[in-house]
Amino acid sequence: MGTQVKDVVIKSDAPSALLLDKHADYIAAYGSKKDDYEYTLSEYLRMSGIYWGLTVMDLMGQLTRMNQQEISDFIKSCQHDCGGVSASIGHDPHVLYTLSAVQILSLYDNVNVLDVDKVVEYVRGLQQEDGSFAGDKWGEIDTRFSFCAVATLALLGRLDAINVDKAVEFVLSCMNFDGGFGCRPGSESHAGQIYCCTGFLSIAGQLHQVNADLLGWWLCERQLPSGGLNGRPEKLPDVCYSWWVLASLKIIGRIHWIDKSKLRSFILACQDEETGGFADRPGDMVDPFHTLFGVAGLSLLGEGQIKDVNPVLCMPEDVLERLGLHPDLLS
Amino acid sequence: MSGQTLNVLKLSSLIFLPLIIFLINIHQLLLSTPTDRKEWADLEPVPQDDGPNPVVKIAYSDKFTDVYDYFRALLKNDEKSDRAFTLTAEAIELNAANYTVWHYRRVLLQALEKDLREEMRYITAIIEDQPKNYQVWHHRRMVVEWLNDPSEELEFIAEILSQDAKNYHAWQHRQWVLKEYKLWDSELEYVEQLLEEDVRNNSAWNQRHYVISHTTGYSDPSILNREVQYSLKQIKKAPHNESVWNYLKGILQDRGLSSHPGLLEQILELKETHCSPYLLGFLVDIYEDSLENTSGDQVEVLSKALELCELLAQERDTIRREYWSYVGRSLQTKYCSGDPSTTSSAPETDRGSASVSVHQETTCNS
Repeated sequence: MGTQVKDVVIKSDAPSALLLDKHADYIAAYGSKKDDYEYTLSEYLRMSGIYWGLTVMDLMGQLTRMNQQEISDFIKSCQHDCGGVSASIGHDPHVLYTLSAVQILSLYDNVNVLDVDKVVEYVRGLQQEDGSFAGDKWGEIDTRFSFCAVATLALLGRLDAINVDKAVEFVLSCMNFDGGFGCRPGSESHAGQIYCCTGFLSIAGQLHQVNADLLGWWLCERQLPSGGLNGRPEKLPDVCYSWWVLASLKIIGRIHWIDKSKLRSFILACQDEETGGFADRPGDMVDPFHTLFGVAGLSLLGEGQIKDVNPVLCMPEDVLERLGLHPDLLS
Repeated sequence: MSGQTLNVLKLSSLIFLPLIIFLINIHQLLLSTPTDRKEWADLEPVPQDDGPNPVVKIAYSDKFTDVYDYFRALLKNDEKSDRAFTLTAEAIELNAANYTVWHYRRVLLQALEKDLREEMRYITAIIEDQPKNYQVWHHRRMVVEWLNDPSEELEFIAEILSQDAKNYHAWQHRQWVLKEYKLWDSELEYVEQLLEEDVRNNSAWNQRHYVISHTTGYSDPSILNREVQYSLKQIKKAPHNESVWNYLKGILQDRGLSSHPGLLEQILELKETHCSPYLLGFLVDIYEDSLENTSGDQVEVLSKALELCELLAQERDTIRREYWSYVGRSLQTKYCSGDPSTTSSAPETDRGSASVSVHQETTCNS
């Protein structure tokens, strides 16, 4: 009775070879097709969509296929008077899209497309008294936003603009009895939030505050018999957790606690051989989000054809090298 | 016309006419867009602007295009009117994840001094339809705050959780309501009910911890023991359940797993009938705690712990063999030599065997 495990079964004919060219073609063509209702619906996150697309192209050595000038112009039009950046033109600013914009411009070594001082002011203004960060002026609090704030400032070399100690205090208050982190104090541990919090603590130089053995165990428990990773107990595996979980494990120095070959098989099975791209799990529809995290996960697993990805910022290591950014990792 | 025919006609018109009118109205609502409606005639719609050089070509459905073109016009003019308010509902219906539309709706709610009770009914319907969306829940929270009235919340959230008992947004909202308005009284009972329905619901176990932490706490030994016994009971129902084991370890780890009276015995008993990798791992944790905190027969306890690590790595939880090997190595390093030293969590260089060499080392030489 007690042994049913929520998981998927990978079919024997699932893709087992890495199809990088197909993925590059998929991303390069994304959004240019006429039947693009899905593209329209995702306008409210367009800046992040562009970041996912560009980053995965760069990891595959295909960044030049994207139109830097158009994208830079687009980003410039998305910065508001308050300094924050919106997902798209005519949308309101938000810290999520401010980070994505800064990440994109960092890929292009062109952050001055934005008024950097105003970006810094915007991020600073989002910090609350308890150290937490709101996402925008409407006040939603989430550790995701703590990560977005410090990641943005770290890329701009302006971490000093906020109260880092207070920010750390808030994130640590979100540490749970199982060693994981949630979105607010008391929230259930969730791999996505854990990535944000360990990434945050890395940037803030406070990784020693993590119980690495306890958290590492919780994270490696995400691996299911299929080899895939879920985000919390009793949930189905999803390829994006190949990023959230794996990057967290890398940050806390315990990536080898995952069975790498089984995970690799799962990730490869999530590819679509016809359209290119990765889906959340084998057989489902692909999208750029899962494509980035599938490829980034493979990079963390040591895939030779893919550039090294930085586990804290989810950007190519060579970009961070150029910026002189070396966020801490535990060993 | 005969009397009978007249009656039939009267009856038909009673039934069918309203139906026909209703259908015409629905038809108009569904297929019409702001362009068709005369009350929008004064407004110049603003087409989608993708920047100086459009990044990509976009294909929209006509209604979507129209609604959003008018929405952009309203935003541009900063119009605060009832028609704007109505349009936000249409825009939301087409794309409830568009956070800018929600912002604007809140601005209008306040500027037009809209009936917030009606807004509660509105957001209730939206969430029922699309419960996995950050915007809708944040909007609801704002309305509850403005009304300062949480009276519907717990029941509403329970209704949403009955459709998906792990909805992360729903649980966040629930935790906020409980804490903000101090509505703890029935929550433990609610959690137990959910665990009855699905003992593997990790969210419910997290909530159990949340409720108790914010009310009685765990420092009272009778409460701690109540929770331990409750957990053991749930383990018997479903031994292969990560959540309950995490919970049990979580509530005991600060107080010492090995010092809780009778726990080791109960676990060893369970091992015979309700074993699982979690149980074996928990035993390792108890032994580790014992090694750390009690004096006495280290050798035998260490030997048992190492044996379990080997069993887990080789047989019972092979996918995590690296982890179990690490645990075994750590224990050996710490308790064999007598010097607590930091053990590298890095994998052993000998890739051929990922196991801990237990048999040679259970008797720590020297």
